[in-house]
Amino acid sequence: MRVDVTNPLWRFRGIRATTWVFFAYLYLPILVLIALSFNENRLATIWSGFSTQWYGVVLDNDDIVRAAGNSLIVASVSTLAATLAATLAALGMAKGRFRGADGISGLIALPLVVPEIVTAVATLLFFILIGFKLGLLTVIVAHTVFCIPFAYLPIRARLEGMDKALGEAAADLYANDWQAFQRVTLPLLWPGILSGGMLAFIISLDDFVITYFVAGAGATTLPVYIFGMIRIGITPEVNAISSLMLIVSILFVTLSFLIGRMRR
Amino acid sequence: MGDRVGTPAIEARSLSKVFGAGADAVRALDDVSLTIRQNEFFTLLGPSGCGKTTLLRLIGGFEQPSQGDVFLEGQQLTGLPPFKRPINTVFQSYALFPHLTVGQNIAFGLEMLGRPKEKRTARVEQMLALVKLQGYANRKPAQLSGGQQQRVALARALASQPKVLLLDEPLSALDLKLRKEMQIELKRLQTETGITFVFVTHDQEEALTMSDRIAVMDSGKILQIGSPTEIYEHPQRRFVADFIGETNFLEGRITEANGAAVAQLACGHNLTLNGPGQKGSGGGQRVTLAVRPERAEIVPPQGEGLPATVGAVVYMGTDTTYHLTLADGTPFTVRSQNHEGARLDLASGAAVKIRIAPAAIQRLAD
Repeated sequence: MRVDVTNPLWRFRGIRATTWVFFAYLYLPILVLIALSFNENRLATIWSGFSTQWYGVVLDNDDIVRAAGNSLIVASVSTLAATLAATLAALGMAKGRFRGADGISGLIALPLVVPEIVTAVATLLFFILIGFKLGLLTVIVAHTVFCIPFAYLPIRARLEGMDKALGEAAADLYANDWQAFQRVTLPLLWPGILSGGMLAFIISLDDFVITYFVAGAGATTLPVYIFGMIRIGITPEVNAISSLMLIVSILFVTLSFLIGRMRR
Repeated sequence: MGDRVGTPAIEARSLSKVFGAGADAVRALDDVSLTIRQNEFFTLLGPSGCGKTTLLRLIGGFEQPSQGDVFLEGQQLTGLPPFKRPINTVFQSYALFPHLTVGQNIAFGLEMLGRPKEKRTARVEQMLALVKLQGYANRKPAQLSGGQQQRVALARALASQPKVLLLDEPLSALDLKLRKEMQIELKRLQTETGITFVFVTHDQEEALTMSDRIAVMDSGKILQIGSPTEIYEHPQRRFVADFIGETNFLEGRITEANGAAVAQLACGHNLTLNGPGQKGSGGGQRVTLAVRPERAEIVPPQGEGLPATVGAVVYMGTDTTYHLTLADGTPFTVRSQNHEGARLDLASGAAVKIRIAPAAIQRLAD
């Protein structure tokens, strides 16, 4: 770390040490997890040598592969549905001011701050109440719902940054509403939609609490499966799956960030 | 276009536009009627919030009137969306499509109208030549300077040969030098294309230099419509006289002396009025007179005119501005051109007289 003496932050004693502690606190556990996933020993916490065998074991385990498959199905379907709903919501909200617009904006974003356990219990109760048999479909429905605000926010932000005159210019140049949407609004909104979709995907892929409540038999997703394994004990297998999920997450979040930043 | 001559390009009849409802309602446009002729460079001039942009947006179809109608060459436009009006707009922000190239931007309207590709390509080349941007067809708008973007916006709006071109303060984002260039450029484009231009601005100088006719607006109403000369030389309202150029206002009462109308001014002196349109009304009526600073003349105290005291004298290169005070404290500004040997050497506090020819006096309606 180079010290920039003009930065007043450096005048505080111990700022450098605090910074290191902060980052260590955040990332050291993850680094340990990745390191231990390459541990040869059966006991996950005792290092005895480098090996990639646990990755092989993970990929050979049918239950894990099935759980990963479920996770991907749930994440893909609910991402598509949530992003579509979020795009329509954002377009509707941007169309013009109306009575209660602020309230509806709040309602769309509310699931972000509702404690997940509340949503989980409520969703489960709701499914039981209407007699919806728990299975993969219930997981998809629940995920779609809580992914909407995550997809909505980047799309809305993108739409708000757009010059309103662009839509008017399209209409001025003989484009009807559909043509204006197709030729001007959608291409300009696309980075926001992709960014929102990827965020939704990763949120769905990672979710445990709600999934745990609403998943029926045969609908186990990867996080739920890992939780089941952990109850028996931390094994290098768990470390390996977690590392794989981490890579997928980082990949998607990075892509989402890069696309969101894309200007044109 | 033979049969079109005589039919106004745009006619607005009793247009009103109210935004909001109830107590928050804002009357942006209040019973405005006007006629814009074919091939005219027509300017809507006024301060921000006067309703000029609202009027433009009603013509373009981006807003619908609360009351009244708009006609294009005699045909009713009210209710038609923008994409069904043969009218194009140059937006204040230019609103170029950032994801399309310059060429695609210009061709957009033609494409929506379903013109074949060869025709579009030819037209794009023609338009680029018209705005002097040949070779820029494959650039993206972000790669152009502000002035170039402005030209693309013009080319795009003119490409489908609209009957009327609307321009919403298109020059306000440009620096002074570029703005002057574009003023001449716009005038040239209007003459070359023969399209009716409706231009919105708050810049009175811009309005005077480019327009065939100007409508001065304030608080949602049109106060006066006329040629730049009429508007400048013969303002009918105090607001118009004040908004366009500098003006001295003199308050007084009308009387008659020796068969001519005379104004008894608040400063205690009389001013003879016999310019056109200044006779008529009866005695004792209150009146406001407007005199342009360059139309008055400073003469020595022994001469004829209104007595005044010299305040500040400001040398401005081509001319000098004298800030004077009349006997009752009314400020009065005189501007005279600087030419060899003719400059008055006046010190602050000196007593002088102001000579105002009757023709230089404009009587205002309010």
